[in-house]
Amino acid sequence: MSAKGHCLCGEIQELTRDFNGSIIGVLHNIQEKYGYLPENILREVAKETGFSLIDVYSVATFYKAFKLEPKGKHVVCVCTGTACHVRGSDKAVEELSRMLGVDPGDTTSDGQYSLETVNCLGACALAPLVVVDDHYQAQVTPAKVRKMFQEYAANSSEANLPAGR
Amino acid sequence: MINFTLNGLDVAVEKGFTLLEAAKFYGIELPTLCYNEALSPYGACRLCLVEVGIPGRSRLVSSCTYPAGEGLYVRTHSNRVIETRKLLIEMYLATCPGSKTIQDLASKYHVTRVRFKQKHEECILCGLCIRMCREQMQAKAIGFVERGGFRRISTPFEKKSEECRLCGGCMYICPACQARCQGPQEKSAVCNACLNLSPPCLERFDEMMCYMDPCVACEQNSRGEKSER
Repeated sequence: MSAKGHCLCGEIQELTRDFNGSIIGVLHNIQEKYGYLPENILREVAKETGFSLIDVYSVATFYKAFKLEPKGKHVVCVCTGTACHVRGSDKAVEELSRMLGVDPGDTTSDGQYSLETVNCLGACALAPLVVVDDHYQAQVTPAKVRKMFQEYAANSSEANLPAGR
Repeated sequence: MINFTLNGLDVAVEKGFTLLEAAKFYGIELPTLCYNEALSPYGACRLCLVEVGIPGRSRLVSSCTYPAGEGLYVRTHSNRVIETRKLLIEMYLATCPGSKTIQDLASKYHVTRVRFKQKHEECILCGLCIRMCREQMQAKAIGFVERGGFRRISTPFEKKSEECRLCGGCMYICPACQARCQGPQEKSAVCNACLNLSPPCLERFDEMMCYMDPCVACEQNSRGEKSER
């Protein structure tokens, strides 16, 4: 969906409909709709809600959940919490980073994958944990990462990576 | 009126006074970096800290944000306060050694060394410029972005802000912007530039008097002549 080029009035009304003095809910609505926070939408929302633009921007940059850049089609999220770190999540990050050719936090140039790290997903028994498009891959090793991507390449017509359970 | 104990004296201030205002009212000087009378208190720099409570059950609070309360036992220059304040100044020196305000504080409070990893930042995140922009200039052009170690002051989307009128209020009020005077040891983190000069004024604080404002010691000797460097 394009966030440019046409009148946004209706969309802004829709996005801010449950605005109750807190901007975070509105930002969640925007992110849900566009996958990230487009600048022109944030400007319109600031006008609509009466928040100053810098306040909106402060909140948007404060929380890791909000993205100001478009995310890739598939989001690969590696847990780097204590348990995952101890069990070698950094190796999984390294391997993913090498395979995708991007640093953690970035998106591949073809817009297919975003590589992210998160501090804890609360599933420490599965450490180290990688989440690909809401599919949880438990006890990930570099070898398993490579296998995951081979399987994905084989089923590349599917939108998601196969669940690794 | 609110009655409480300030450095052993029974004092009374009007309701709504903060401890910093009360201390100022009674002539007790407390150092501050993020405080300005015309702006809302923020409690970011912690330099105005005081000890509240009886010994053994006391705690350190920032006096600029702590309201004066009935029966408080407040000490502004206890050993704990002085030591903590020196440590704070030392950390500011480690962050921002290029600031005259901070160098002057260091000289005034006898901070002569830095035990932390030396950085050369240009901002101490005191938030004065943001409050100036917001409260006095009614502009809301700048604010904090990101968080934790990446926190910094910026405009929306890192672009020139439409709200900004280039008034310069942010630079006027910044305690880190004014460059320190260039003394004989300008390469080191602690200025102490005035150590080797005879003071032109009556007061003497361990030979360091760079905090005199304007700082004439770096430029002149006691006879008003330009010193030889």
